[in-house]
Amino acid sequence: MRVTRRYRFAASHRLHSAAFGEDENRELYGKCSNPYGHGHDYVLDVTAAGPVNAASGQAVHIPTLDRLVFEQVLKDFDHRYFNADVGEFKALVPTSENIIRVIEDRLNARWAEAFPGEWPRLEGIRLRETKRNVFELKS
Amino acid sequence: MLITRRAEFSASHVCAQPALSQEQNTYLYGPAANLSGHGHNYVLEVTLEGEPDPVTGMVFDLKKLKELIQQTVIDPMDHRFLNYEVPPFDKIVPTTENVAAEIWKRLEPHFRAQRARLNNVRLYETDDLYVDYAGAAEGGR
Repeated sequence: MRVTRRYRFAASHRLHSAAFGEDENRELYGKCSNPYGHGHDYVLDVTAAGPVNAASGQAVHIPTLDRLVFEQVLKDFDHRYFNADVGEFKALVPTSENIIRVIEDRLNARWAEAFPGEWPRLEGIRLRETKRNVFELKS
Repeated sequence: MLITRRAEFSASHVCAQPALSQEQNTYLYGPAANLSGHGHNYVLEVTLEGEPDPVTGMVFDLKKLKELIQQTVIDPMDHRFLNYEVPPFDKIVPTTENVAAEIWKRLEPHFRAQRARLNNVRLYETDDLYVDYAGAAEGGR
């Protein structure tokens, strides 16, 4: 059984790499490289999978998942500027590809503590930057 | 090829185990443990897998799929209190997981002798929570 829970956070970012000059950044990232940054209403889907407990009827204890995602992701990401406020992005361009990897790392870092048994496991993460741009990872 | 048919039903339920205290049930199920019950607009997506028939061009007749979903799921569950009116939820907790597994159980036998096989049942309880079930074969997943 796979259980998917949807979360939302609003954050800003600027796509700009120190590896390139201003013109190259502008060429590569276009208006996403605007010096003051810009923001999105991100939609984050977290999928966890495991067998259904016969007594509870649950494969995933949702309050535990909610707490984990809040503590590891939402608390630090919501209403923040990735480039300035989130440590990982001091040295990493906050593209959605990089953001989704950071989310996976952050969830994995505390997953076993939140869910000490064999199940549920993190199955996948989907990050919607806008309605037209969606990124997905299978764990 | 995968084909998916969507259907909706509205139903109420309560998530609580009779053997547990109200406090334990609230820990497990949150506000869903309120014994008076509450409801959802469930959205069901039934996905079939198969190759199109070379003559009809169809994997499965979607009209038939619509009727099958109507008869096995919508008619018995729509505008019902699952715990009181829809077995087996008089005996097991009607969590999203259990409702999805029950829908799979009701649909799957109808596809054993068809070109199309039941591939997946996705059940949205709300916009922010859904489960996918592909039968016991998926094991722990």
